[in-house]
Amino acid sequence: MADVTYLEALRQGLWEEMERDPSVFILGEDVGAYGGAFKVTEGFAKQFGEERVIDTPISEAAIVGAAAGAAHMGMRPVAEMQFIDFISCAYDMLTNYVATARYRAGLATPIVVRGPCGGYVRGGPFHSQNPEAAFFHTPGLKIVYPATARDAKGLIKASIRDDDPVIYLEHKWLYRRIKEQLPEGEDLLTPIGQARLAREGKDLSIVTYGATVWKALEAAEQLAKDDRLSVEVLDLRTLLPMDDAAIMRTVQKTNKVVIVHEDTRTGGIAGEIAARINEQAFEWLDGPIMRVTAHDVPLPYAPTLEDFVLPQTEDIVKAARWLAAY
Amino acid sequence: MVSRAAPTTQAPPAPAGLTRDQLLEIYRYLRLTRTLEERLVALYRQSKVIGGLFRSLGQEGESVASAYALQRGRNRDILSPLIRNLGSMLVMGAQPIQILRQYMAKAEGPTRGRELNVHFNDLERGYLGQISHLGDMVPVMAGIALTFKLRGEPRVGLVYIGDGATSTGTFHEGLNFAAVQRVPLVVIAEYNRWAYSTPPEKQFAVRDLAEKAKAYGVPGVTVDGNDVLAVYEATRFAVERARGGHGVHVIEVKTYRRKGHAEHDDQHYVPKDELDWWAKENDPVDRYVKRLLQGEWAEERELRTIDAQVKTEIDEATDACVDEPLPSPESALTGVYADPPGTPRHWYRNL
Repeated sequence: MADVTYLEALRQGLWEEMERDPSVFILGEDVGAYGGAFKVTEGFAKQFGEERVIDTPISEAAIVGAAAGAAHMGMRPVAEMQFIDFISCAYDMLTNYVATARYRAGLATPIVVRGPCGGYVRGGPFHSQNPEAAFFHTPGLKIVYPATARDAKGLIKASIRDDDPVIYLEHKWLYRRIKEQLPEGEDLLTPIGQARLAREGKDLSIVTYGATVWKALEAAEQLAKDDRLSVEVLDLRTLLPMDDAAIMRTVQKTNKVVIVHEDTRTGGIAGEIAARINEQAFEWLDGPIMRVTAHDVPLPYAPTLEDFVLPQTEDIVKAARWLAAY
Repeated sequence: MVSRAAPTTQAPPAPAGLTRDQLLEIYRYLRLTRTLEERLVALYRQSKVIGGLFRSLGQEGESVASAYALQRGRNRDILSPLIRNLGSMLVMGAQPIQILRQYMAKAEGPTRGRELNVHFNDLERGYLGQISHLGDMVPVMAGIALTFKLRGEPRVGLVYIGDGATSTGTFHEGLNFAAVQRVPLVVIAEYNRWAYSTPPEKQFAVRDLAEKAKAYGVPGVTVDGNDVLAVYEATRFAVERARGGHGVHVIEVKTYRRKGHAEHDDQHYVPKDELDWWAKENDPVDRYVKRLLQGEWAEERELRTIDAQVKTEIDEATDACVDEPLPSPESALTGVYADPPGTPRHWYRNL
């Protein structure tokens, strides 16, 4: 067992899959010689050669489109978006071409599109986005969003092995901030479509994913100490397909739920989760379903602005406290 | 395929390195394309074709000839056709009955009623159906050609792009990526004068699409798209160049879209005399026939025999599928993912 950061765990997962399967290759901007903007692929070109770690032009649509073409031929490409904000440049390719390929044409398109997402890092409007909601609406795609080092590794490996296209969202605030002991020499896989109970509780549930898992855990700790509240935290890990069963289990257990995400509110994932709870566990609710999210503005740069716009631990505490007293 | 049996009868040497049988085979594909579309028009008028009908009238020559320059057979070269490349698909082995079923949204069709017209594929036979977002197939075909390069396979990709679609971002990104990677990809740029109703002068400021190739550092040539043998020769050269590891090649084919964007479009924006001229003076099939007969590479009688065979083939294919059922409604819920295999039916549908 060794202490491994979220970023290193992701790196290990990629490396192991490259070693295991010669059809896996990486393409993206500055991923080769430079090793990627965040050094996720540092050393890969040297180890696996430039043919398997391809530096591309600044062309997100071509990166995803070429990955799709290669995937049809039996390859398993991993496409890096230098910042996930730029995935919108490949929106057409992902939603129209890639996502529909199996359904309309019976074409397997096992690609992974991954990249650093998320805020709390003073990145401003174009280096902080959380794009999940834009793709969540598209049948044919899968979306995973690890919160832990273990899942960073387990989900990249599972995504590469999955026979369908997967968008893998990695939170840059977590890259070097969290560490975990991971077993060595073990094939660590996190099944796609399964949530993880990050903390058990009985009074109230927080359903969340990504960086806000850590904010929710902080809030739960604070609520336990200050309010003697027992808060359960569910880390979704996969957004599409969503683990409805795990959500309903926690709702049925605590009867009160706060949904937390870093992305903006309107049309966000929380709305869909709330709708599913309404459809599947309405009778179990003892209070309104709460949402704690970013405000509906582009993410600003200044620390005072960003901290205000993004959901903070204190916001979760306040919402949970209100709901617990309902 | 290039190497075929020797000519069955004594005749003057055939052009473009083709055998006499190959020349007749090309004629058969031209006739098959045109006759099949005529049949589709009849079915469209009977409301048996569910969606729009897209004609390739006037463009059959460049479609058939460019595809014919590829290596065909199981797991050889791959092309990605556009809506007016029915001929290319037939050359690669698509069967008329598949086209008929697809247009009529039949359950037994190649996409089981999920997609329209010629949007379907058979990668083993060597064609990858387009999506409606023009330009998108260029990056995808670049990825297919990249795979050929990575695996060291002597295979080539060919992608068609319309004059209008050369204005898209994906065309630029895909062609640039393919050029940088020197993948074995041939781009056939079809200058057919009309992008729906928009003429070239409102689409781009170059005169010839081949000029655009310069910006990507790849060769670009312009060919008379209604000269079947010229298109064949130009494509053959580009394909073998790509197969030899020399990368991307752009071929502009000057042709003319003689029907509207689809059957519903009355082409009021097209000068009538222009249409007449292309129909009377520059029809690719007429020109090809004339050349075959003048060169004494074929006899009128042989061509008429092929015409009759083609008609019979299409009659039989039509009869075999015209009364087939549409797909069952519930079949819509399967196959979005490999896993899960099906999408749940909404519970209130069972109330």
